[in-house]
Amino acid sequence: MLTIVEPGWATTIQDLGRPGYAHLGVSPSGMVDPGLGELVNRLVGNPGGAALIETCGGLVVRSERPLLLASSVDAAPFTLAAGHTYRLPAGERLWQYLAVRGGLSVELLLGSAATDTLAELGPARLAAGARLDVGADPGTELTLDVAPIGALGDVARCTAGPRADWFAAGWEARLAATTLTVTDVSRVGVRLGGATLGRVHDGELPSEGLVRGAVQAPPGGELVMMLADHPTTGGYPVVAVVDPDDVAIVAQHRPGTTIRLRL
Amino acid sequence: MGPRAMLVAGIDDPAGWALALRERAPAGIVDIVPAAETVLVTCRDAAGLAAVRPSLAGVLSGPSERVVRRSVDVPVRYDGPDLAAVAAAVGLAEEVVVARHSGAEYRAAFCGFSPGFAYLTGLPVELQLPRRASPRTRVPAGAVAIASQYSAVYPRPSPGGWHLLGTTDVALFDPRADPPVLIQPGDRVRFVPC
Repeated sequence: MLTIVEPGWATTIQDLGRPGYAHLGVSPSGMVDPGLGELVNRLVGNPGGAALIETCGGLVVRSERPLLLASSVDAAPFTLAAGHTYRLPAGERLWQYLAVRGGLSVELLLGSAATDTLAELGPARLAAGARLDVGADPGTELTLDVAPIGALGDVARCTAGPRADWFAAGWEARLAATTLTVTDVSRVGVRLGGATLGRVHDGELPSEGLVRGAVQAPPGGELVMMLADHPTTGGYPVVAVVDPDDVAIVAQHRPGTTIRLRL
Repeated sequence: MGPRAMLVAGIDDPAGWALALRERAPAGIVDIVPAAETVLVTCRDAAGLAAVRPSLAGVLSGPSERVVRRSVDVPVRYDGPDLAAVAAAVGLAEEVVVARHSGAEYRAAFCGFSPGFAYLTGLPVELQLPRRASPRTRVPAGAVAIASQYSAVYPRPSPGGWHLLGTTDVALFDPRADPPVLIQPGDRVRFVPC
């Protein structure tokens, strides 16, 4: 059993989500940075998609019995003795992960333990005092002593989106030359300020399907990149789509920092 | 739509097209998401999308009957807070609004906005109004609503700008049920006054 002493910010249980239900209006959800989360799971010998804790920091946990843990900040497995607490240190990345050997034992809804913050589906956000059951020991060897977590890049690759033709010729060059500032972040999406694309198409767009990484250009001027809990359909034109492997580069930037998009 | 997904446009009946593709169950597809005029096909990886792309052109060729998945009856108490305002706006008596809304046969075109929220086409043209000028901050679960060319039922409390005509007690979304939603794209839907 793992107890939340201090929940910190935006702390939820996540796994690899529930893809395949978007046609019913259910977002895929799951880890904001699955590459990082899977690595942390492997540090404790879990399958990459085992349920773990995702947090934006400030998290303090206590174990009721000796547990093998790993976080994306310390990046190495360690045993937390019974009754002892662990405070997740601050890290470069906005979204951090804490895994426990055996995974968190949580009711699966539509095949997943993930909290969807938009639909309010899955476990409640973790609050102080929450007691989390830990699953059975997976019986695996520990093969990774330290996770090779590098520095966070600040350029994300993307391709033109389905409604790129709604924007003035040369938008790719203008976008690539722009330093975008992260203005707001949630599990639903990342707001990016600083782009001037020039819309050439009038009128509204009938709602159409969205994917994680799709960059919408609403009339307000800021761009919005879809994240794990993105709505399944939307009526704002998607000008670009960030490559799946680079979505985390954008998502892991704190508000006030900058990134660039490169086609 | 990125290396793993493709947005197919120019489809007359996205719900029917999506059902036809789903029936083929091509390998490597994660989801087939109809929307108002398009279908989004998402795959596990770029190789999966490349494998499926050639077959997308032939999914529905030529005019087709509107494919219907199954029929769903939704019992409704026509007690909505906007019933009187809608009646006034369209120039019909409230009983006529109820008769026209419940007398129509709807089809679920697509889901979106929230789990289990199905956009239903088939709303009689005389009941078609723009959304409310100011949305409500909270629409109750089970609210039966109309806006533009659609009718819908709100599965859970949420903000909403549609006109509320009534209420249903049936669950539109239950993540522990199989299937988890009452109405899926392609379903025929009738509202039954109760």
